[in-house]
Amino acid sequence: MMEMKIVVCVKQIPDPATPGSLDPSTNALSRSGKLILDESDAYGVEMALQLATAAGGGEVSIVSMAPNGEMSGMRTALAMGAARGVLVSDPALAGSDALTTAKVLAAAIQKVGMPDLVIAATESTDGYTGTVPEQIAEVLGLPSVTFAKKVKVDGGTLKIDRQTEAGYDEVECPLPALVSVTAGVVEPRYPSFKGIMDAKKKEIVTVTAADLGVSPVGWSGAGQKVSSVSQAEARKAGQVIEDDGEAFGKIVAFLETLKVI
Amino acid sequence: MTVNNVWVFAQGTNGNPTSFAAELLTKARSLSGNLSAFVAGDGASLAAALGKFGAKKVYSTGDLGGRLVGVAAASAMAAMIAGGNKPDIILFPQNYDGRDTLARLSVKLGVTVLTNNIDIAVNGNEVVATTPIFGGNVLFATAFTGAGPHLASFRPKSFAAEESGGASAEVVAVTVPDAGKTAAAKVTAVHVQETSGPKLDEANIVVSGGRGLGESKNYAMVEELAKLLHGAPGASRAIVDAGWVPYSYQVGQTGKVVKPSVYIAAGISGATQHMVGMKGSKNIIAINKDKEAPIFAVADLGIVGDVHKVLPKLIEALKSRG
Repeated sequence: MMEMKIVVCVKQIPDPATPGSLDPSTNALSRSGKLILDESDAYGVEMALQLATAAGGGEVSIVSMAPNGEMSGMRTALAMGAARGVLVSDPALAGSDALTTAKVLAAAIQKVGMPDLVIAATESTDGYTGTVPEQIAEVLGLPSVTFAKKVKVDGGTLKIDRQTEAGYDEVECPLPALVSVTAGVVEPRYPSFKGIMDAKKKEIVTVTAADLGVSPVGWSGAGQKVSSVSQAEARKAGQVIEDDGEAFGKIVAFLETLKVI
Repeated sequence: MTVNNVWVFAQGTNGNPTSFAAELLTKARSLSGNLSAFVAGDGASLAAALGKFGAKKVYSTGDLGGRLVGVAAASAMAAMIAGGNKPDIILFPQNYDGRDTLARLSVKLGVTVLTNNIDIAVNGNEVVATTPIFGGNVLFATAFTGAGPHLASFRPKSFAAEESGGASAEVVAVTVPDAGKTAAAKVTAVHVQETSGPKLDEANIVVSGGRGLGESKNYAMVEELAKLLHGAPGASRAIVDAGWVPYSYQVGQTGKVVKPSVYIAAGISGATQHMVGMKGSKNIIAINKDKEAPIFAVADLGIVGDVHKVLPKLIEALKSRG
């Protein structure tokens, strides 16, 4: 048994149940108001907690980046059982592209102290660029296994089932490494009342991009700019009927007109 | 800007490129006639077919010997670019290995990535990529700034594949440099999940089930209906996350994008995540007990009803037709 130090990258996002909007001045995704822990990240936090337990101990830390100092999503991860967090909070970060985000998170991970394992979700629910985990691995010079649907650690080696187009691959990788986990890899626990109370006392260190020595960030560091925003052609709704016990007949008739039966 | 050199990250097996590769090559040749395919694997076996879609050259790494594609392909590409063979644009498929390669390469080159696109164009001095957001209701166009190569990935079925009638592509062997520790992960076994019937993203009819089915055993109705219609069964993310069906069944933003002639959504409310993957279907039939469900806004035929009542009758009616 060896103790494992694990860092989980988490994102705090607007509640996905509320409709998204764009900031009218910048055309960036609006992330004002209360933010919650991205549900995709709950799987990574749970995975980390289970791996640390299986290793016989260790520490699970979280890192996150937000332009506005928001911590409520991070508190959820701490309530699940993570020990501490680093939040990179800096208005200058607004507009950062995925590469800058990866550099900032990589620097935050180094601030926590290089762990045995970095865990992230495959993509965020709000922006879903889907490249940040692999970019973090490259910045940190780590091997990575993305799209993991099963993760075990055996004597300092990761054993992973990695999702593929055709099925899955078994992959082995020495630690230290980065893993991105798919939703459903484990069943995330609900924070207990005690966990929620304890989380309020756990430490979240707040730093700026400048503290981490990452520059340029934000709009000026992004290798991209908004060109235009337009409405897509909307699909029109057709006929909607209440089932009176015979609605299946309408489906059969529709399939007949389409000549697929 | 003038686009002089474009690469496509292409995949394939048994001499056949994926439909994804054919779609990207078709688009890429409208950007530049000087078009090359990059294959992380045996590119030689794909040369004839890639040439048919306009590739003049195929860069081939040969067998990767168990290395993961992302690190190996990105290292090989970065070495070629450092050596002076610098494309203006590289198009990647939005899939597992495409994403890994694009991400690794962006750090090696210090350039941005634009992902989840459905289109790309050269507008004057700018290369602009377009991605749908908010479930496809808004089109968001982003221009690359700064030096290339410009790295962009695309959703499946963004472009219709058309052959150009080109000759077999010239095969150019490329070496994969030693990527040190970053290449330490190794594939030890490959598992291919056998499926019967048409593939989900190629089927003419797709029948998908969601949480409205109530419990996992009821998914059998979806499978039976799909089989009767010679279609493929699919699923919403909710029931994939719940473990009812494998991830390969998932239709949506983080799953497969399907554009069948007929899409039947059974017990699916129509979360943005799901709609992104099926809104391009020619005809949509939805069955859901909540008449406010967003799925009805895109359905050609919507049935407000209980899937547990409608599906068995529909299956019976189709069976009785023989």
